[in-house]
Parts: sequence; C-alpha cells; structure tokens
Amino acid sequence: MNALLWHRLQFAFTITFHYLFPQLTMGLALLIVAFKLLALRTRDARYGDLSRFWARIFGINFALGVVTGIPLEFQFGTNWARFSDATGGIIGLTLALEGMFAFFAESAFLGLFLFGEKKLSPRAHLGAAAMVLVGSWLSGYFIVVTNAFMQHPVGYAVESTGRLALVDARAYLFNAWAFWEYAHVMSAAVITGAFVVAAVSAYWLLARKHEDHARLSLRVAVVVGLLACVAQLFPTGDRQGKLVAEHQRPALAAMEGKFESSDHAELALVGQPNVDERRLENPVEVPSALSFLAYGSFGATVTGLNDVPREAWPDNVELLYYAYHVMVGLGTLLTGAMAASAALLWRGRLFRPAARPMLWALMLAFPFPYIATTAGWMTAELGRQPWVVYGLMRTAQATSEAVAAGNVVFSALGFMGLYLLLGILFLFLVARQIARGPAPSPPPGAAAASPPQPVAEGHA
Amino acid sequence: MEAVWYLVVASMLTAWAVLDGFDFGAGVVHHAVARSESERARVLAAIGPVWDGNEVWLVASGGVFVFAFPHAYAAAMSGMYLPMMMVLWLLVFRGVAIELRGQVDDPLWRAGWDTTFALASTVLAFVAGVALGNVVRGVPVDEHGWFHIDLFAGSGGHAGAIDAYTALVGLLAVVVLAAHGATFVAWKTTDAMAARSVAVARRAWMLAAALAVAATWMTARVRPGLFEALGHRPWLWALPVIAVGSPVVALRALRPDAAAGRGEPRALRAFLASSAFVASLLLLTAGTLYPVLLPSTLSPAFDLDAHGTASGAQGLATGLAWWGPAMALAILYFVNLFRSMRGKVATGDGGH
Repeated sequence: MNALLWHRLQFAFTITFHYLFPQLTMGLALLIVAFKLLALRTRDARYGDLSRFWARIFGINFALGVVTGIPLEFQFGTNWARFSDATGGIIGLTLALEGMFAFFAESAFLGLFLFGEKKLSPRAHLGAAAMVLVGSWLSGYFIVVTNAFMQHPVGYAVESTGRLALVDARAYLFNAWAFWEYAHVMSAAVITGAFVVAAVSAYWLLARKHEDHARLSLRVAVVVGLLACVAQLFPTGDRQGKLVAEHQRPALAAMEGKFESSDHAELALVGQPNVDERRLENPVEVPSALSFLAYGSFGATVTGLNDVPREAWPDNVELLYYAYHVMVGLGTLLTGAMAASAALLWRGRLFRPAARPMLWALMLAFPFPYIATTAGWMTAELGRQPWVVYGLMRTAQATSEAVAAGNVVFSALGFMGLYLLLGILFLFLVARQIARGPAPSPPPGAAAASPPQPVAEGHA
Repeated sequence: MEAVWYLVVASMLTAWAVLDGFDFGAGVVHHAVARSESERARVLAAIGPVWDGNEVWLVASGGVFVFAFPHAYAAAMSGMYLPMMMVLWLLVFRGVAIELRGQVDDPLWRAGWDTTFALASTVLAFVAGVALGNVVRGVPVDEHGWFHIDLFAGSGGHAGAIDAYTALVGLLAVVVLAAHGATFVAWKTTDAMAARSVAVARRAWMLAAALAVAATWMTARVRPGLFEALGHRPWLWALPVIAVGSPVVALRALRPDAAAGRGEPRALRAFLASSAFVASLLLLTAGTLYPVLLPSTLSPAFDLDAHGTASGAQGLATGLAWWGPAMALAILYFVNLFRSMRGKVATGDGGH
C-alpha cells in the first residue's frame, strides 16, 4: 500500500506538472498560426511582432514540455511494470506512433519555426508553424487514445497469460471515448492559450505598454477564447459527461456526491460530501437536472454510490467530487469572463477606461484555466479508480513489484525538487519575456544570438 | 515476426546512440574543444537544431520496445529503477541546459549551463554504457521473469548495475562518444576550434581503441557465448570488420593537417566513420545476443527473449504496417533537417 501510494503520487505529480506546458503550447500554436495568417492577410507588421513574441514564450514552454515529457513514457516501465507488461501490446502502439508521427515532425519543424524566419519565405515560415501545430495536436491525439483505452477499453482480447492483445486497431485508434475526450482536451488547451494571451495583453493595456500590439492580440484572444469556451461546455463537455454516465456509473455518482439512487435526480451545485454518513452536507441543488444532463431525460434514474459495491467505488470520493466541481465551476466562470469581454469588444467598449475592471479580471484570470484543466484530468483519472484499465485491471495490481517503497519515495522527492527548480526557472524566463514585450525587433534567430564578445575569452 | 521487431528495436536504439551520441559527446568535450564563451556558443549552435529530434529516437524506441516486447520492457525498466531515474533526471538537466543557455545574456548564467550540459552529458554517456554492459553481462532475472538490481554491487551479495565490467563499458561509452562528439564538432566548425576538435578527437579515438580491446577481452570472459554465436552467424561478419576499420578511417581523415585547408570532406568522412563505429558495435552486440533481449545470470532458462516476451502476432503485424510509413516520414524529416543545417556553424549564431 505504501509503495502504491508513492507510485501514484509520483506519476500524478510528474504528469500534472508536465501538462502545464503542452496545454499552453497546443493552444498557443493555434493562436500563433492565427497571428501569422493575419500578418499575411492584413500586411500589418504588428501581427508579425506578436507572432514572434509568442513564439519566444512558446519556445520556453516547448523546451520544458519536452524535458518533463520523457520521464512519463519511461515511468510506465519503471513504476507501472505490471501495467506495461499486460497492456504494452496495445498502448505501446500509440506511444510509438506519437514518437514517430508527431514528435519527429515537431522537432524537425520547430527549429525552422523558431529560428528560420529570416531564411524562409513568409509562406514557408507559416507552413513550418502549421506543421508544429499539426505535430503537437497529433501528439495530443495519440496520448488521449492511450488514456481512452484505460478509461474505456476497446479493440482488445484477453490472452491465456492474462495479457491484453490488440485485435482491432481501428476500434482502438477511433475509440468513441477518445474522440470526445480529445475534443474536450484540445478545446481546453485553446482556452488556456487564449486566456494567457488575453492576460498578457490586458497587462500591457493596464500598464500602458505596447498598447497598439495589445489591442490586436486581445481581440484575437477574446474571439478564439469565447469559441473554445462554448465548445468546452457544449458539445464536448456534455458528451464526455454522458460517456461517463453510461460507462462509469460509480464515477458519476462520486463526482456528483450522489449516494441515494433516484429518478429525477438533483444536480448539486455546491455541498460537501460526508462519505462516512453517506450524504452531501449543505447542498444547493437543481431538481432533476442531473438526470437530464446525464441521460437526456428528467425522469432518468441515476445510480447512487449506495447501490455500488464498496470495492467498485473510486477510492477518493471527496477529492473526485471537488475536482469535478472545481472544473465545472471554473469553466463556467471563465466562459462568463470571455462572454463579457466579447460583448464589450462587439460594442467597441473593451478599450475604453470604463472597461478597466474587465481588463483587470482578464489579467488575473490566467491561472484558472490551468487549475480547471488540472481538475478535469483529476476528475478523469480519479473517476477511473480503482481501475488502471477500466473493468480489466486494478491500479493496485499495476505497479512494479520489484521496486521497494524506499526507492519510489526517493525518486518522488527527487522529481519534486527538480521540478521546483524548473518551475522557478520557467517563471523567471517568461516574466523577462513579458517585460520585454513585442517591441518591433529583428526575427528571433537574430534576437537570441549572442552579441559580439571580444573580451569573452576571460570567462569560464 | 519477432525477429523483425527485434531488428526494429535494435536499429532504432542504435540510431538514437549514433545521433544523440554526438550530442552527448559534444557535451563530454564541451570545455576541451571550446575555450571561450563564444566558442561554446558554437558547440551549442551545432547541436541546437538537432538534439531534440535526436532524442526523439529514444522516445520512439521506448514506444516500439514496450509495444513489441512489453514484458522485457517492463522487467528491464523496473528492475533497473534507480539507474533509469538517473537517466531521466540527467536528460532533463541536459535538455534544459541546451535550451536555456541562450535565454539570458549573462556570463554567469551561460557558464552555469555550460557546466550543467557537460556534466549531464558525460554522466549520461557513462550510464548508457553501464546499461549496455548490463544487457551483455545479464541481470538476475528469476523464474517469474522479473528482477531487481541495486545501483552498486553490495556487501550482502546483491547484484549491482555498476560493477567492474559494466563500469569499463561505461567508460568506453564516454570515450567513444567523446571521440564521436569531437569529430562532429570538427566537422561543423572552422579555424582554431576545428583544429582543437581534431586534436581532441584523435586522442579520444586512440584511447577508445585501447578501451575497446579491453572491453572485448572482458566481454569474452563475462559472456563467452557471444563470440560462439558470432562464429555461427556469417551474416554478422561484416560488422566486426567495420568496427575495426572505421576508427582507422576516422583517424586517417583526422590527420592534423586536415584542419588546414581541405577540412570539410575529410571531417565529414571522419564523422561518418565514427557513426559507423558506434552503429557496428551496437548492432554486433544485438546480433550476437539475438534472440535474447535481457540474459539472466541465474539460468539461461530465465533469459528474456524475443519469442517469450513478444506481443500477439496480430498486433505486431498491425504495428508493422504503421511502422513502415512512419519510419519513411521520419527519415524524410531528418534528411531535410540535416540538409537545412548543412555547412559550418557561424560565429555567434549560438543563441538556441
């Protein structure tokens, strides 16, 4: 139990930290391509400045995404050996495809995108940016397919050895669960990207720096952000929720803090689950709403945890409940913020002094998409418990038996120290770039080059 | 089918060792070939655009390995837990050092990352060699197909990942990759820096040759079966010839006068010979070990081999259909990438 806890903690920590970076790079890649398209269409040099500024932020994020991503693939083997042994013949396919189709493309075009603007024509440079976008979004798909198999296994057969074999690659790669999970995850990434661009733009406007650039980028961020926020709620969030309701009933009950099964089930907006007494304390509820959201009918019956055997319960009901409510609550607030900004923008008032409170809100809102996304992944992964592959393999039977708890505690603490250092470096470097701003400058290849240093010989 | 996937995994890991190997090697010789901060910027500029793609070969190899031989992957990764964690942390440090060095224009910042890059690369080369040494020597795989190994051979008779033999292979890896990396830097630079890289590479090649002889002799003692297998497999015989011949070609191409004047074609020839050396040694090891992926020191019956640990035949056939086009695309990207960065690294273009 002790080792299991540390294996879970280490993987949860390293994957949560890692995903802070790709969610921004995937969302930002789309916005950068948008800026580059606008630069080509409008011939407004400020769009070019913006795409270069955000490419610098992208570069730092990408580097941290790469270095924190590699440990994840190998931890499948080091920490989850029995899981890799049993499912490698299936999930290995998408892990390999991610490397070969997505990472090779990304790495080959990233250098051209970040440093090749001087050498390439504007169209060819746009093409490099588009390939980075395609590579990063493809990588997201392969990983979501891998996760979708753990959530809702399809296309497999159980061999006599107990291992899972791939029998239907098409079913595996086009898992219905993967489709909606991917759409939900990608639109969340775009929301993160849009809120980060909006926050930096709002900061520049409030600080009266780079205001011309800031107005342009805020406009793009608000339009893209509102579209993504709407897509996040409907259809992607709605469909993802219905899949959980259909295939993971214990997870739905725990997410909603629902213990008693009932028809016309109520939706708890807030409340604190008391698992010992099997009730929700201080609930604020909407009658029949849960039945409708989960099954499309107000009279539908929702199974409560009381009707689920205890060993099939997600093992952390409280955390799952809050993760889900934080995700939904923040998602609603973020959508409201983008809708209000879009309304002001539509009526031409976003850049007037009276709209400064809106800019303040946007400037301070950027951490919340990260929190909502993390809470969303916690909902998915805690809801999957106690299974590592839903209904087929329990998490407790997935760990590396050969690894003693002491080794895992050591490595978990090591990762925490290392990633704390990376986090500090990241904040320091991004803050420097934001302070420097999008001031018209030569392309980044030249900007990042070392100045001539005739006296550099003395340094070592 | 298992044989095909054995070849796929072995050649992808070999591609990683050759390609990321020169990145590691450049790190090992970083302070020896580049004396000033601006020279070190040129080393970073030489590997900056390619190191990430080179490292993807490791990621892709890992994916292919767990797909084709899940049990062998799971046993090897979990059995060598601590060495693997070190590799992961060192890869983080190495990548961060390369990417962040150019972010801040400050001598202290750069000096710190230069040292991080050099140290992380050197230890990575050593640990990669140790890992190879463990694969050759074998690990205590038990009748259930699992094992655990300490970092060092301990007092209680516990097997250790690092012992005299694997440490020698680790040292060999450091020196060979130093030679490989210095040859790469010699190819990508000009003037004094190229001359210095040539000198470093020559010394490293001579040391590597001596260590390779010692490691071969130790290997014959640790696992004599490998040389028997080589005798029975004539299709492998070209590899030892390449392994012996390529350092000679590299050394001839790296004659001191090579830096003066017609450096380019010779430095490229030396680099190709160097790549052939690394590749032939690894493929030779894989070819003689086949079908074993990880030998057991307890009993040959417990060896983890390609037949016993392979995924289902249907899945492997599906995977091969995907692997072909993916590999073709990857090679296309790489050819394009290396073409787009051909030529020497200009001074001061190193802010990657």
